Amino acid sequence: MPSNTQTTARVVPDENGRFGAFGGKFVPETLMNALYELETAFEEARRDPQFVAELNELLSKYAGRPTPLTYAERLTQELGGAQIYLKREDLNHTGAHKLNNALGQALLAKRMGKKSIIAETGAGQHGVASATVAAKLGLSCKVFMGEEDIRRQSLNVFRMNLLGAEVIPAVSGSRTLKDATNEAIRHWVSHVEETFYVIGSVVGPHPYPYMVREFQKIIGEETRRQVLEQLGKLPDEVVACVGGGSNAIGMFYPFIQDESVALRGVEAAGKGIDTDKHAATLTLGRPGVIHGSLTYLLQDEHGQVQEAHSISAGLDYPGVGPEHAYLKDTDRVTYTSVTDAEALAAVELLCRTEGIIPALESAHAIAEVIKRAPQMSPEQVLVICLSGRGDKDVLTIQEALAERTEGGEA
Amino acid sequence: MTAATNRIDRLFADRSRKRFIPFITVGDPTIEATFQLVTAMAEAGADVIELGIPYSDPLADGPTIQRASQRALENGVSIADALQLVSRLRQSKVEAGIVLFSYFNPVLQYGVERFFAEMAAHGADGVVIPDLPIEENGPCVAAAKQNGLHVISLVAPTSEARIQTIGEQATGFLYCVSSLGVTGARTDLREDLADFLQRVKASTSAPTAVGFGISTPEQVRAVAPHADGVIVGSAIVQQIENYENELKDPARMPDAVEKIKTFVHQLASALQ
Repeated sequence: MPSNTQTTARVVPDENGRFGAFGGKFVPETLMNALYELETAFEEARRDPQFVAELNELLSKYAGRPTPLTYAERLTQELGGAQIYLKREDLNHTGAHKLNNALGQALLAKRMGKKSIIAETGAGQHGVASATVAAKLGLSCKVFMGEEDIRRQSLNVFRMNLLGAEVIPAVSGSRTLKDATNEAIRHWVSHVEETFYVIGSVVGPHPYPYMVREFQKIIGEETRRQVLEQLGKLPDEVVACVGGGSNAIGMFYPFIQDESVALRGVEAAGKGIDTDKHAATLTLGRPGVIHGSLTYLLQDEHGQVQEAHSISAGLDYPGVGPEHAYLKDTDRVTYTSVTDAEALAAVELLCRTEGIIPALESAHAIAEVIKRAPQMSPEQVLVICLSGRGDKDVLTIQEALAERTEGGEA
Repeated sequence: MTAATNRIDRLFADRSRKRFIPFITVGDPTIEATFQLVTAMAEAGADVIELGIPYSDPLADGPTIQRASQRALENGVSIADALQLVSRLRQSKVEAGIVLFSYFNPVLQYGVERFFAEMAAHGADGVVIPDLPIEENGPCVAAAKQNGLHVISLVAPTSEARIQTIGEQATGFLYCVSSLGVTGARTDLREDLADFLQRVKASTSAPTAVGFGISTPEQVRAVAPHADGVIVGSAIVQQIENYENELKDPARMPDAVEKIKTFVHQLASALQ
């Protein structure tokens, strides 16, 4: 098996779509040609100046990029350590980084002559992003969403409907993101000739983890440029939350070769990694196959996929992108986890110090920084990928805060 | 076990006869019911029997087999249970070919080499792994060969240029996916099915069996001329679901098994 493990230099998956031992194409034969077609179409598109120009135009004039890099002055003072900067993906159109990738894939779908796109969604952010780009580019859109997530994220369901997309409930298994992905794949197998599957994270069979990274790496490229412009040096540490891991890969990838920059991915520990209610895949999982890719996976001894838990619907996934599995095993990125309670406290702190309501997903990265920043010196610079805004989560936050009060904080 | 004694090879040595290949899920609704059903299906004319190992995320399967998988998982059924069932079937002189059907992750966690060695030791003849395309199947094919077993490859109407490569590598038999999508009964089969099956035949020296969406004796009859075998899964699994309560009740099980046996016999007879 070809291996990239001798170096942490810029990783391109090999021709089999492997990041070291991870990745690959573990899908039904019916989809194999579609994956090769996609691979070819993507390689042609990314080399086509017209495609690149069209995507850049949409990213700047429609999505509002580049997103700012904000100095979090009061948060920095509050924590009393490293200077903290926020990469403001929450200010991207639709309120999260997800649109970067959805725009890229939908534009590719159009280029390939597909009239329909499908997508899976957990928190609803990728579903909203897909519905948005479908409307913008004149494509039909079906979004598969777990029944449990539909309940948790009813506002996003309404948004998708308003944008003209059809939301299809996934009623199998834990009725969350993994099951929505199963349903999307099943639909894709049945309609592969006319449908483009817009995967929302750096997961799935090759070329998805690679392609989604390429569409999301704009986050890290902008950040790197902005830090250099604003501070004249690279940051000491970059922190991002990891569910499937697309905002983290997008943020980390342009820094991979900068050895002085520490990279830290934060998973959801849910109710705690000593309980069975968590989504800490890299921390507690074992290599296995999920949704077409060999990666770390939460599973039982027989290889049955276990249900993940997080207060954040977007991190509630028992797998993780294969490139993260590779970055973990090569020690280029450190992966940690924070609990629901810590994430909730981080939401409150960011609201009160910076006037920003973060998405519960992004709050995991902030919670990690609450622990990290005080251990660092005031000369050091720490950048958080604020992957999304928290407006979609206010009901969940309200419920969780009420529960915390009832539970007796003392 | 050597290749010469592999039951699939022995069966298909005579290509003048079409072979019937039913699928059921192990432990749906109980292991004992599966044992009785396999025995009955062999008597009813099943040549090779596909035994599904339940999986939490069966993404190539439609709702019928998903539900069967769920029922079996609730019984805690694993690869080890399936292997023990195969041993028991062989001890009771069931001589039909037995092919396990498992998604790749349970096999990976069990250990690829251990899985193939134990399949051979327990009397299975091969395995279908629906999420393991030829690009990824090297270690499994090597372990199968070492143990005289077959990794049954799938080929789909969308395989196009891949048909040739898959056909050249196929051993045991080649599983021809008759329709796009997941498993499950369909009322109509693709119009271009005969062309597709013709192309597959031309690509391979292995026998061909066709499945996905075939649910009635009429459909079996219609596809039979174009392949060496016909696979029926969801339609039988649906019968099992219909008789779930009876099959769980020792007193009523024989009757239910008899009814399903009759259905399988109708499907098998449509071949000849």
